[in-house]
Amino acid sequence: MLTEKKTLLGGLRFWDRNPKPEAAAYPLERKPEGEPMNEQAVKSAEHIVRSYEEELALLDKKIAQMGGLAEHILGKSFDSIERRDPMLAELVVKSDKQIDTLEREIEDQVISMIARRQPMANDLRHVMAALRITGDLERIGDLAKNIAKRALAIAHESHPKPLMTGLRHMGELALAQLKEVLDAYAERDADRALAVWRDDENIDAMYNSLFRELLTYMMEDPRNIGLSTHLLFGAKNIERVGDHTTNIAETVHFLVRGVNITDDRPKGDDTSSTLFAKE
Amino acid sequence: MDMAVATEMQPHTAVASTQKTKVVAKNTNVFYGEKHALKDVSVSIPDKGVMSFIGPSGCGKSTFLRCINRMNDTIPVCRVTGKITIDDQDIYDPKLDVVQLRARVGMVFQKPNPFPKSIFENVAYGPRIHGLAKSKSDLEAIVTSSLEKAGLWKEVKDRLQDSGTGLSGGQQQRLCIARAIAVGPEVILMDEPCSALDPIATAKVEELIDELKKNFCIIIVTHSMQQAARVSQRTAFFHLGLLVEEGETSHIFTNPSDKRTQDYITGRFG
Repeated sequence: MLTEKKTLLGGLRFWDRNPKPEAAAYPLERKPEGEPMNEQAVKSAEHIVRSYEEELALLDKKIAQMGGLAEHILGKSFDSIERRDPMLAELVVKSDKQIDTLEREIEDQVISMIARRQPMANDLRHVMAALRITGDLERIGDLAKNIAKRALAIAHESHPKPLMTGLRHMGELALAQLKEVLDAYAERDADRALAVWRDDENIDAMYNSLFRELLTYMMEDPRNIGLSTHLLFGAKNIERVGDHTTNIAETVHFLVRGVNITDDRPKGDDTSSTLFAKE
Repeated sequence: MDMAVATEMQPHTAVASTQKTKVVAKNTNVFYGEKHALKDVSVSIPDKGVMSFIGPSGCGKSTFLRCINRMNDTIPVCRVTGKITIDDQDIYDPKLDVVQLRARVGMVFQKPNPFPKSIFENVAYGPRIHGLAKSKSDLEAIVTSSLEKAGLWKEVKDRLQDSGTGLSGGQQQRLCIARAIAVGPEVILMDEPCSALDPIATAKVEELIDELKKNFCIIIVTHSMQQAARVSQRTAFFHLGLLVEEGETSHIFTNPSDKRTQDYITGRFG
């Protein structure tokens, strides 16, 4: 199901990179009585009602599609800023609609499944996870769109190289995190999701340093303020992508283990309290 | 990497510790002749609450329910071992009066089974044979309050002399519940009380169960997982004569600990 080849917008999709033999996902042996289930057991045997099983698989397939699309347009939105490519930026703005359509489809399916099937236990967590993740992916799509719009706005200004590299770097990190968490979802890997959840700190740290750099750049020459503000918002958007990614990581953890993470996430973003340094 | 992260554990044993325990079973085994129908079941059932037993057909849940008011005594080949207590009193004590026990532990069955008598007589019969009413007005008061508690009074107050069998299925079932509570029981056992009823009648019985749990210890066997999820605070899952898992209902239905429970409630085996 997840290994089905289908070109969305071209490019590498996360489910291509990790084709999993389906048989391995459904271990037949049961745990001895009394022992708690391990994570493999969460992927249970097939439903008696096959159409139910198919609906759950369809949900995963749509999430995979949506995740692939979100990754793709996010990557393209970075390219459009870096290459000052208004055509590409417009393409991103348009592609976001596809994500919105998928979100609606998934939402409708979840509502219908709750009404018709009354999912329980891991199935309940499955449909709730799909509903939450689709919301986060939709927001990521919006953020990508916003980055692309900013690319349109600053397409004709000159881009200072160090700033662009910093932004690019931060974007790549956010994209890698998103890919990782979508893989963790596809494989129901709570530990991988936890690792993503922890690593969001790095994005926050990069955002901090970029924030300071942009402030300095603006102070050097007020003519830079227009461009810098757009880049700053772009960086903020990427930081927000990271936050949605950690939301997804939390959802994956809940899906697999059935409990919420209650630890405080390590946070590195202190820009809300940063001021101009007074000389 | 350090993977230890604090996770929110549902306090699924909290109910048992804060609420008074009514019924306790220890290592209960039931044999029907050679067949070992119930294997070493130990469970504590809290007072003033609803506990549901779920599991596939033939898993022993009804057998266990019938142990609690010694209904299995009526089956000659049936043998029960282990210990079941209600308020710390052993109900399999040979000195115990089984008739008195069954007055303390009422039962409602799958199919409504009113006596072929008037609505009034259906409810009055129990209190009368147990000598609970000293006068006619006493008896009338018991009948009225039982019918009120069963949420049936408004519907039948003008036709108390009509036959109980002339009521609708849902009304008959509520009449049976009124009959069960008329003798002032402490525990009410319900063996699939709604499986012969339509959704509206089912909702009324469930509403009634919600009301009754303030005063009684209710144990319900049901095939409808949704019903167990709706009405009970604690749920026990039985499979092949074993009590597989017991815990807070919300926990069992969102994050069961045993794979067999999960497979059953999600419809993966039956």
